[in-house]
Amino acid sequence: MDSLTWIAVASIVMAGLTTGFGTMGPALAEGRAVAVALTSLAQQPDASATITRTLFVGLAMIESTAIYCFVVSMILIFANPFWNAAIAAATQAAGK
Amino acid sequence: MRLTPDAWIFWQYGFFKLNATIVFTWALMAVLVLGAALITRRLATGHERSRWQNLLEIVVTGIVGQIEDVGLKEPRRYLGFLGTLFLFVAASALATVVPGYEPPTASLSTTAALALCVLVAVPLFGISGQGLMAYLKSYMQPTPIMLPFNLISEVSRTLALAVRLFGNMMSGAMIIAILLAITPFVFPIVMTVLGLLTGMVQAYIFTILAAVYIAAATRSAASSKPKPSSTAAT
Repeated sequence: MDSLTWIAVASIVMAGLTTGFGTMGPALAEGRAVAVALTSLAQQPDASATITRTLFVGLAMIESTAIYCFVVSMILIFANPFWNAAIAAATQAAGK
Repeated sequence: MRLTPDAWIFWQYGFFKLNATIVFTWALMAVLVLGAALITRRLATGHERSRWQNLLEIVVTGIVGQIEDVGLKEPRRYLGFLGTLFLFVAASALATVVPGYEPPTASLSTTAALALCVLVAVPLFGISGQGLMAYLKSYMQPTPIMLPFNLISEVSRTLALAVRLFGNMMSGAMIIAILLAITPFVFPIVMTVLGLLTGMVQAYIFTILAAVYIAAATRSAASSKPKPSSTAAT
């Protein structure tokens, strides 16, 4: 296989694996966070405003890592610098 | 497939590109500023008030309450900055109901600019609240060894703010675009509703995180030495 195919295969496989594995950890962590938040809401319903706000802030922080993985996948698929450089080189070689 | 509204160029003149991000940001600014100017033209203080004024009062009172809950003692001081952040990000998400619109916060340029505003505002509020030396000394808390880590955490917090908002808004727009190509009848509407929900949540998160960072920057003065001027002001 030539280098163009290698770059394509590596980018596609890693893009899928990045999002696939990268969202497992945050999902488990968010599930735990919501479970504990529900328990404390059941124990102290009048603190629900503070608990809800803290829960949302915590969920956003946990979600950030999943979003980092998503952004890396998007870069690999749509704004891949190696692919762009290889395509530019191939077009130049074909044009000469 | 368009990754960000930056790629949708309306008009180009040499180096200057008028892309969709700039145009939609201007449109949002016009709607927010003109709407606020029109509604607050004749403010009523009695029981008779227009419903638009009621709406604005609900929004402002809600934001002030949230800022106070985070721990900032004088919420009105920070209301201009934090309220604008919330209103801009929330309006950018809500306007998705207009067809043909793409949220400008789905572009990394906009979210990076907003995160840089927070990066600049946190030391500004910290210095104006504590004084320059006290704020600089707070970087050495609890030991001077923590100085590089505190500096790195400042930068990474800003980066996380920008990427979090960008990732959420971009993924919402992208999912709708992909679904429109696959099942263009009912499912994209459901995903648009989900995008609205996540947009509002992300607006709230952005504002609350900025408020928490400002509270952390202005907190040590309030706990260590109570300023006599604050009691005189309140």
